[in-house]
Amino acid sequence: MWAMIVKEFRQLKRDRRTLAMLIVLPVLLLVIFGYAARFDVPSVPTVVVGPQAEQVASQLRAPFQVVEVDPNAGRALVESRLRDGVAVVGVVTGRGALLVLMDGTQLFSVQAAEGALARMAQAAKASGAGAPAVTVQVLYNPKLATSWIMIPGLTGLILLFLGALITSLGIVRERQSGTIEQLAVMPFRPWDVILGKIVPYLVLACLDLTVIVVVGIALFAVPFAGNFAVFALGALLFLLVTLGMGVLISTVSQNQGQAIQLAIMFVVPQILLSGLIFPISSMAAGVRWIAYVLPLSYFIDISRGVMLKDTPITALWEPLLVLAGMAMVVLGLAMLRFRRDLAPSTRRSRVMAPGPGPVST
Amino acid sequence: MTWGLESASVRFGTRTALNRVTLRAEPSTVSVVVGGDGAGKSTLLRALVGLVPLCSGLVRRPSKNEIGYIPATAGLYVDLTVGENLAFAGGAYGVRGAELIKRSSDILERIGLSDARARLGGQLSGGMQRKLAVGMALLHRPALLALDEPTTGVDPVSRAELWRLVSAAAAEGTAVVATTTYVDEAQRASMVMLLEQGRSIATGSCSEIVAAIPGRLGVVRSTAQPQGLSWRWGTTWRVWAPSNDLPEGAEPLQPGFEDAVIVASLSDEQKVWRDARAR
Repeated sequence: MWAMIVKEFRQLKRDRRTLAMLIVLPVLLLVIFGYAARFDVPSVPTVVVGPQAEQVASQLRAPFQVVEVDPNAGRALVESRLRDGVAVVGVVTGRGALLVLMDGTQLFSVQAAEGALARMAQAAKASGAGAPAVTVQVLYNPKLATSWIMIPGLTGLILLFLGALITSLGIVRERQSGTIEQLAVMPFRPWDVILGKIVPYLVLACLDLTVIVVVGIALFAVPFAGNFAVFALGALLFLLVTLGMGVLISTVSQNQGQAIQLAIMFVVPQILLSGLIFPISSMAAGVRWIAYVLPLSYFIDISRGVMLKDTPITALWEPLLVLAGMAMVVLGLAMLRFRRDLAPSTRRSRVMAPGPGPVST
Repeated sequence: MTWGLESASVRFGTRTALNRVTLRAEPSTVSVVVGGDGAGKSTLLRALVGLVPLCSGLVRRPSKNEIGYIPATAGLYVDLTVGENLAFAGGAYGVRGAELIKRSSDILERIGLSDARARLGGQLSGGMQRKLAVGMALLHRPALLALDEPTTGVDPVSRAELWRLVSAAAAEGTAVVATTTYVDEAQRASMVMLLEQGRSIATGSCSEIVAAIPGRLGVVRSTAQPQGLSWRWGTTWRVWAPSNDLPEGAEPLQPGFEDAVIVASLSDEQKVWRDARAR
């Protein structure tokens, strides 16, 4: 038995990546997730409109964070701000009761806002001052159904897993079996091989996406309020990022085990840090930046916006642009790394690549 | 056009994997590179087809459209059928439609897999897999065919069939370069290179290599190992005298190709040892 234990430790010592996963990763994840996993919302972006807007805005306390006050605007402005994700709560003032509109896709922010309103009413009652009548309307997800906000995000998570893991495994399998050397000798350009590898998974992922969305709508009655083309554009950009990550993972993995490890390390943080479960605004500032470098955070913005709120493309340009930029960077890096496998003899200037005729170097 | 390497060197970090090796691959000929594990055979082929950059020297190879290559590890997709493997190889080189069907049928007939078209590559025996891999590499009728240990781990009958296939390709004008660890296979080639520690220790036809043996070779019929450079051969010992002075009791012997390979290796060791001492 002692021989077995010694052998196992020796093997572990050489497998640095597994060792790092065993020792460093748990601590790192605990610290990051500990700071990120918070349901309490410290601030709720609020827009106040109507004749008494200034007066009401001055009375709002935390967690309400007034981002816009417009005494000349009405409900239409509030709805547009909520739809575009600029604010989560909108207060419409007028002659009668205050109308408070809330964005039901921001579950925890709505709960925080409702709690704060109740506390304000209680405080006013206790001090003897007359509290104004308040009518609350929750838009986009009136029953605050968890499934409505989870399904659009889950579609992204499933695509992420499929894209990163399956693509990387496909390429690593080619390396492990040695056929990648044959591909390198065949008259393919690196792009032919990368696209040839990615396109089948892209088609599969698109089919998968359609199935997931249809099943989500059928089983959980999640609405699809917006434009499918905008959703498809966001999904395509997001898929290019995840498939590019798959290629990138494959270029730094010697076998399928390593590829699976890296894919897990890429996917797991996105489950907890992308805003899928915990609101990004609740995360500690030290870890919040991580959310902004994860592609899923931007896809969730797009999918929730389009599916639940009919957010137009004009309000989603930012996440779309970021995803497009990420796709370019990731695919560019993947391409550069993959070229080393496919055209190694072109790396040095003294050795010319085979051209159409005889080659001398 | 003659393909090949001229004074080619390949380095991996500080290790020299190929040291100023020259190999000429003429059309319609089979050249065989013989060497043990780690001799640099795969590196030589990989440098020839462009998978490894040279740090010095020259390589002449045709365009990628005219190269056929199978690595030592694989050569086919185990999860594709025999027909699908050939279709992929054809598609990669632009052989499609009726031409693909015609060439595939011809190859399958030559490698004896006509009835296995629908079988998965992974379900074929080792010998059949290698034959299919060579068939795939030949489908586009390459000008240069590079085969890395095509017969390693293959049964003797399949080995003979594989060499027949390779010879037929050469007869049609292809320049074939194959590596092997089996000395007997070298005798099928018109040009042989003996490779050791990345250096070419002998080059030429088998008879030229045998004729170039320095010193004399003898046989000693005793159980005890004789003095000098000797090796076991059945119940006898072979002994090589670089300076022509065979030890007492040794009968002179006409060397065969296998003897020549051993002598070349010993001679190289002696030279390396002398060079090291001189330094």
